[in-house]
Parts: sequence; C-alpha cells; structure tokens
Amino acid sequence: MPGMSSGHIDVSIEHKRADPAQQDGEREHPNTCPGCGSHYRDDELAQHLRVCPHCGHHFPVRAPERIEQLADHGSFEEEDAELRSADPLDFFDLKPYTERLAQAEMDTGLGDAILTGKASIDGNACRLAAMDFSFLGGSMGSVVGERFARACERAAEDQGVLVSISASGGARMQEGILALMQLPKTVVAVGDLHDAGGALLSVLAHPTTGGVTASFASLGDVILAEPGALTSFAGPRVVAQTTREKLPDDFGLAESNLRFGHVDAVVPRPELRPTLARLLRLFGARG
Amino acid sequence: MTQEAELGLRDRLAQLSGVKLLRGTKLSAELERLQRQLERLREDTSDEEIWRSVELARNEKRPYTLDYVERILDDWFELHGDRGRMDDPAIVAGLGSLDGRTIALVGHQKGRDIAQRGYRNFGMAYPEGYRKAMRTMELAERHGFPLVTFVDTPGAYPGIAAEQHGQGGAIARSQALMLRLVTPTVAVVIGEGGSGGAIAIAVADRVLMQENAIYSVISPEGCASILWRDAAQAKKAASAFKPDAAHCLELGVIDGIVPEPEGGAHESHDAAAVLLREALVAHLDELADVPSDELRRRRREKFRSMGVLVSV
Repeated sequence: MPGMSSGHIDVSIEHKRADPAQQDGEREHPNTCPGCGSHYRDDELAQHLRVCPHCGHHFPVRAPERIEQLADHGSFEEEDAELRSADPLDFFDLKPYTERLAQAEMDTGLGDAILTGKASIDGNACRLAAMDFSFLGGSMGSVVGERFARACERAAEDQGVLVSISASGGARMQEGILALMQLPKTVVAVGDLHDAGGALLSVLAHPTTGGVTASFASLGDVILAEPGALTSFAGPRVVAQTTREKLPDDFGLAESNLRFGHVDAVVPRPELRPTLARLLRLFGARG
Repeated sequence: MTQEAELGLRDRLAQLSGVKLLRGTKLSAELERLQRQLERLREDTSDEEIWRSVELARNEKRPYTLDYVERILDDWFELHGDRGRMDDPAIVAGLGSLDGRTIALVGHQKGRDIAQRGYRNFGMAYPEGYRKAMRTMELAERHGFPLVTFVDTPGAYPGIAAEQHGQGGAIARSQALMLRLVTPTVAVVIGEGGSGGAIAIAVADRVLMQENAIYSVISPEGCASILWRDAAQAKKAASAFKPDAAHCLELGVIDGIVPEPEGGAHESHDAAAVLLREALVAHLDELADVPSDELRRRRREKFRSMGVLVSV
C-alpha cells in the first residue's frame, strides 16, 4: 500500500507467553501457568487474584470472581439479570444456538457473557459491567449489548461512572447482523452517558477483540489494560493468514497498545482495584 | 450445578420460544417490525437465493462507489487524506452535487483489475480510511451538507499496521461521530457490508441495501471456518446467518431495499445508478423536512433499540 510503513518498533518484550496463537493448540490444565509451567490449586490462584506468584502471568478471571476482586465486599447488586438471548435467526450450525446458550448457562451459571450492576469500590459508588469469556467466548449479542447499554443509562442517571471489564472474542455470530448492531447500540449508550456528565472507565482484559474493541471498550474516558492481554480488532491468526507476514512478538498485546497510544496504562491485577478507586475519586470530585 | 437446578434451567429454556419478545428499548414503534420477524415463514428467501446474493454482491463487474459517483453526481470533488498520516485509497470521500444540492459522500472503493485491487486493498480500509471518513463527516456537519455513504467492503483490514494505528478505536469513534451528526445521513450497502468495517460508516438515518447486497457480522467463509471448522461450508454458514437484504429488512436492521436491474447491478451500471439515485433523492427529500435535533434523536434511538431479547 503506497505511503504505508509498518510502523513496527522492534523491542523485546517479556510477554511472549501470552501469545494467544499458541493457546489454541494443545491446552494445558487451566491452572498450569502458560508462562512458567507452575501448577496451582484453585484456591491458591484465587488467593493471588489469579496472577501467577512465580512469573506474574495473568490467568483469566470469570465475571463473578472479577466483581469479588474489585467491588467492596457485599456491595454488588446485579441488575437486568432476567435478560436472555432470543434466537432471531433460528441459528443452527453443528448445534442449535438455543442449545449452545443452554449449555453455556449450565456451564457458567450466567445468563449471558456479561454481569452488570451497582457496586462500590473502596467506598466509591459506581456501576460495574464485567464480561465473562467462558460464556460463548465472551461474545457480544443482544443481551451483552442491552445489559451494557442499561448499565450506561443507570450510571448516567446519577452522573456516575461505569467501570467495564471486557473479555470478548467479538460479536456473537449466531445472532448474525443483530450482533453487529450491538456495536452502535453500545456506542450510543456511551455517548448518552457522556452527555449526562458520566464517565466510562474501560478495562481491557485478555482477550478483548473484534466487535467489543470496535465499540464501547475503545470509548472509555480512561482505558486500562491488564498485562499481556490481547486487545486488538483482528486476532493474530486472522492477521497472519491475511498478510502472510510474521507478526511481532507483542502483536496486539496491552504493552504494544500502550506504546502505540491506544491505552492509558497497563495495570497489574493487584493494582487494579486501587487504581480504579483513585480514578473514581478523581471523576467524583467534579465541581 | 445440582440436577434439580439443571432441570429447571432446561425447562425454562424450552419455554423460551413461547416467551413474549422484548425489544431493546421501551419503544413501541419498533414492535411492528418485530411482529413481521416473528411471523417469518420458512418459505421466504431460500438458501440458494441467499448464496446468489453473496455471489452477486461480490461480482467483480458490480458497480463500485466511483462508478456510481460518476453516474449519480453532477459534480464531484474528491478529498484526500486523513489530515494526520496518509490517504487510504480503500475509502473515497468528496463533495458532489446531487439533484441540485451539495452532499458529502464517503464510500469504500474496490478495484477492478489486479493493480487497482491492490491499490484499493480490496476495499479493506486502514484506520486512516475511517479517519478520512470522520473528517469528511465533520466537514458535512459544519456546512450542513447531507452525508451519503456507500458501503462495500469485505471488512476492515486485518493487518499489523492497521492494528498498530488503532483499527478498533477508529471504527468505534467513526460510529460515535456519525451517531452525533445533526445533518441528514443515508447509508447504502452497495455490495458487501462486511462487519465492523461496514458499520463504521453505516449508522445513518436511513440505511438501505441494494437488492443483491449482503450485510453481515462475519464473512460466510469466516463463520464456516469457526463454527464448522471448514471454510468450504460457507454456503451453509450464509444460510444460517442470512446476510441478504430481505432478511436484514425483516430484522429491522435496514430501512429499505433499492432495486437493481434485471439480473443484478453488474448487468447495467447505468440502470443501477438511476435506481440508486432515485432512492437517494427520495430519502434525502424526506429527511430534509425533519428538524435536525429530531434527526439525531431518532437515529440514536433506532440504534439503541437494535437486538432481540427475552425476559425470563
């Protein structure tokens, strides 16, 4: 492409282990650290906020546990729990979509890939929206879009702050074009939140890709990312297949997005709650 | 999960089809569309017809943005560059005259021969392309020019530089800006409406599709390789997610279908342009009567209410 340079800055990074391309092959036990091979009991990992005490690798965090990590104990009240996806296309691939939804709900105990509600973080009231990658890859369909939009609207009512933690493979294919429409839906909601004087703090967890990156997650007043998180529009496999180029080792990772100016800070998980509390105080003290 | 809870869940999910459908918002205006969708019967657009649309939408003889510009606009001045980094040839933008009024136009541009295809990057834009679109939207807003967009892309370019330059953020911000305009906007999917790359310039007061265009969240091949683990199942995937204009209209995602000449737009660029021009003029005339704040309010409400869900 004329005038197009790759813009690739060659720096060595220490997050090669987070290369998501490698994670699709042979899967290790979920509690085995892909960074250093250490293995942990579940309670050990939970105690360390699912960060490897040996090498600092950030394991994925499910939405309920994420809320436990961030919100003041007992402060979270879920909202819009009753919403479920319909199947507007009667979508059927190898299995019907309704069956995939039922299976996901049984496996995760969640109604869809996002949990939203009221909470406080270190005494600062806010709205929380946490995505869960284990529910159909954190994909965004009508329910994710609607719950997120309502969370924005509720935050807007008291000119408050919505903290979102995204973890998503993108739009939910099984809802077809309506899944794509969740992009503008959430974009409208963030705009309305801003118009009302509210704010969005967007935290990008591994992975935040596709439709979520191309909508609300990129519109935060402040955008934070977890170390080693893949936060890109296109995933590394698609990019490698399309361009046939060798990808930089840190392709699409939080650290590279910090360098290229797409996130404000890479925040290690133990620092996330205090960082959000600071930001909530800053945003809360507007004259 | 206990067996009892599991049974309860299965039971509830089994009832889903019988549950009253709720639209994304409290708007009752949308209910009518929903009704149509509910009443959708199996005999509508067949799998073969859907695949035919996919093939026609990608037909290399199909008119592209500049083919229409040449035939529809009385004057055309092309704008170049995003005022920051580069000019992305996968998106063209400019000012033109349509039926006596000045409009701003933004469209994906594909190339027809090998050299042009490469130059236009197959209509797959970099973030710079969306930034060019945004600065053209701002220009239109400043001067009260209606904005027309032509959507024709397999998707936003999935490349290393595109990611480094902020592809996701550019698509998000382009939507945010377009949803804020008070100037009238009409988007037409003239070929492939490929996912994020399409929606970036398609959040308009009126969203139209040409008869044989497709609009989808993923390409049939992409969907097939993920869900069927076999890109060769593209036809099956297309039947499953239904990217054709008739289904998009039923789902309330688009506001109208623009007819094409017999056999498809590629059969006669001139005839296709006449039909497209008529539709554009009619919609712009209608929108000209709506107060600008009201335009924006309705547009935002329309996209806010997209989606189909149930309450359990």
